[in-house]
Amino acid sequence: MISVATGHRLLVALPFVLVALIWGWLAFERRLAALPPRAGFFRRNGWPVGIYLILAVALWLLGMVVLPQLFMVELSFRPKLPFNQLGGPRDVYTLENYRYFLFGSPTSTESWNTVHLRAFATTILSAIFIAGFNLLLCYPIAFYMAQGATGARLRLLLLLLIAPYWVNEILRAFAFRVIFASSGLLNTVLLGAGLIAAPIDFIGRDIALFSGLIYAYTLLMVFPLYNALDNVEAAQIEAARDLGAPWWHIHLFVVVPAAKAGIASGCTLVFMLATGALAAPLVLGGPSAMRFTPIVYDRFYQVFNWPQGAAYAFVLLVACLVVVVAGLRLLRLNLTDTAR
Amino acid sequence: MMARLTRLVVDAYMLVFFAYLFLPLVIMAIPAFNTSPYPRVWPFDGVTLDWFVRLAADDAMLYGLRNSLWIGILVVAVSVPVGLAGAVVLQQIDSRVRPLFHLVTIAPVLVPGVIIGISTVIFWRDLTLSAGTKTLYNGVFLTVLGQSSFISAYCMLLFTARLQRFDRAQEEAAFDLGASHTQVFLGILLPFMRPAILSAAVLAFLSSFENYNTTTFAILADRTLTTVLAGQVRQGTTPAVSALAVVIIVATVLFSVLLEWMGRRRAKRAQAQG
Repeated sequence: MISVATGHRLLVALPFVLVALIWGWLAFERRLAALPPRAGFFRRNGWPVGIYLILAVALWLLGMVVLPQLFMVELSFRPKLPFNQLGGPRDVYTLENYRYFLFGSPTSTESWNTVHLRAFATTILSAIFIAGFNLLLCYPIAFYMAQGATGARLRLLLLLLIAPYWVNEILRAFAFRVIFASSGLLNTVLLGAGLIAAPIDFIGRDIALFSGLIYAYTLLMVFPLYNALDNVEAAQIEAARDLGAPWWHIHLFVVVPAAKAGIASGCTLVFMLATGALAAPLVLGGPSAMRFTPIVYDRFYQVFNWPQGAAYAFVLLVACLVVVVAGLRLLRLNLTDTAR
Repeated sequence: MMARLTRLVVDAYMLVFFAYLFLPLVIMAIPAFNTSPYPRVWPFDGVTLDWFVRLAADDAMLYGLRNSLWIGILVVAVSVPVGLAGAVVLQQIDSRVRPLFHLVTIAPVLVPGVIIGISTVIFWRDLTLSAGTKTLYNGVFLTVLGQSSFISAYCMLLFTARLQRFDRAQEEAAFDLGASHTQVFLGILLPFMRPAILSAAVLAFLSSFENYNTTTFAILADRTLTTVLAGQVRQGTTPAVSALAVVIIVATVLFSVLLEWMGRRRAKRAQAQG
């Protein structure tokens, strides 16, 4: 069994080794193909600029993206220990945190950890639902902006769409609390109008949470969708119309296939953000509605079990990636297509 | 007849859609002016501005605000140069590894914010632990790094879009006239990128200022405006939160109008020159 200190050294070395391997492979292939060597990076940029480019990108990708993720994954395979025993003889690699996620106990595998597993499934399924709902909600607006509106009207629409985005997530959740609380606006209005006899528990029934989440990510669907639909040739739509296609045919068989990549990137973005949402579940979640992200949060700040929290975070990340890649497979797209 | 009907449906949908976008914000703002001691739109007990006074005297909020502004400025200082370097490297990198490079740079945008916060904290905890010094294990520092990891990617996307329209002949001409690489970078590329740099800086600052998911982990025991706000909203709220919402909304509207006005003026000047 390797020790934690060795593990850390291996982790830090890993990205460097990978970069070196890729670089060597590229040079080798170039020689095989008998291509002339490329103009060197520093020859092309000069030393001062070249050093700035390399340093900035390396610090970013290694120090802020790759190494932190690797260290998080590594911690998830370690036991919870008091501070002074970190790196000590009891700090060995183990699967107990993952066992806890599945079975509710670090050692026994008798019964399933139904509370956490159910919260996990609910989170993933409701994020898929939210992405789908937002797609339907935003499609007409994005289509109109891309194919109907022009000039000043388009600029105004874009401005109106961006503005609410700068009100932060917590205030947006707070707005839905003002509306949906038991003595909130909606209940007051419904009671006053005599439509209901007693206040409806919108928060307990998750209506507040779903509305808040759908609202929070609407804009992140509109923009990728607008970009994608903007690239669809108006002539194509015109042609389909001239050939007598009904309107829903035009959308389903002409516009949507052409805008596939943008639709996928909007859905990916909303799905990922909705799974990782923290503010809305904290503010709008009812007692019955356990979401996975608040559970992860509690591992850190209620239970103070960081390794377990890291394991939970990693499980969440892997699940997100599996759903996104599977969805893209269905559409015959790659993960890189969504980033365009 | 058909065309008019379509128009009507489109207009009605737009109206409903924008009502849906803005009504929650309007409703949230109303309790700021209501004397009722908890955030309530109706019944409206009486008009007051007390909640704004209360807000201005809230030390926790002011402390958080100061931290948030600091972090925002530092994030701009990190992610604008990093994003620019990323965009230049993306353009120059061997085409066979470009998709991989692109994926790694875009990853922090897709990874849930809580996970970025968690991984930043864990990495720096382990790093400072093995280095035996705790000076860098600091909430503000970690928050700046955590936020910059994905905000740099936003900036890079803006820069990449602008770089695609860059005419390399300009660089060639400068080299022929004997300019050094550094001179070309500072004298030709940077001025060309100026509009993108400005919008990237604005985007970076605003994204940092409103961030919660990454910040709540990376800030450790320290506080920013959003984490103070989250605490207040969670433990039963006061209308002072509404008052803060009003301030933020007004600032946002003023800022958008200012940007729009600047954009128009620039467009007009470009037209006059062209």
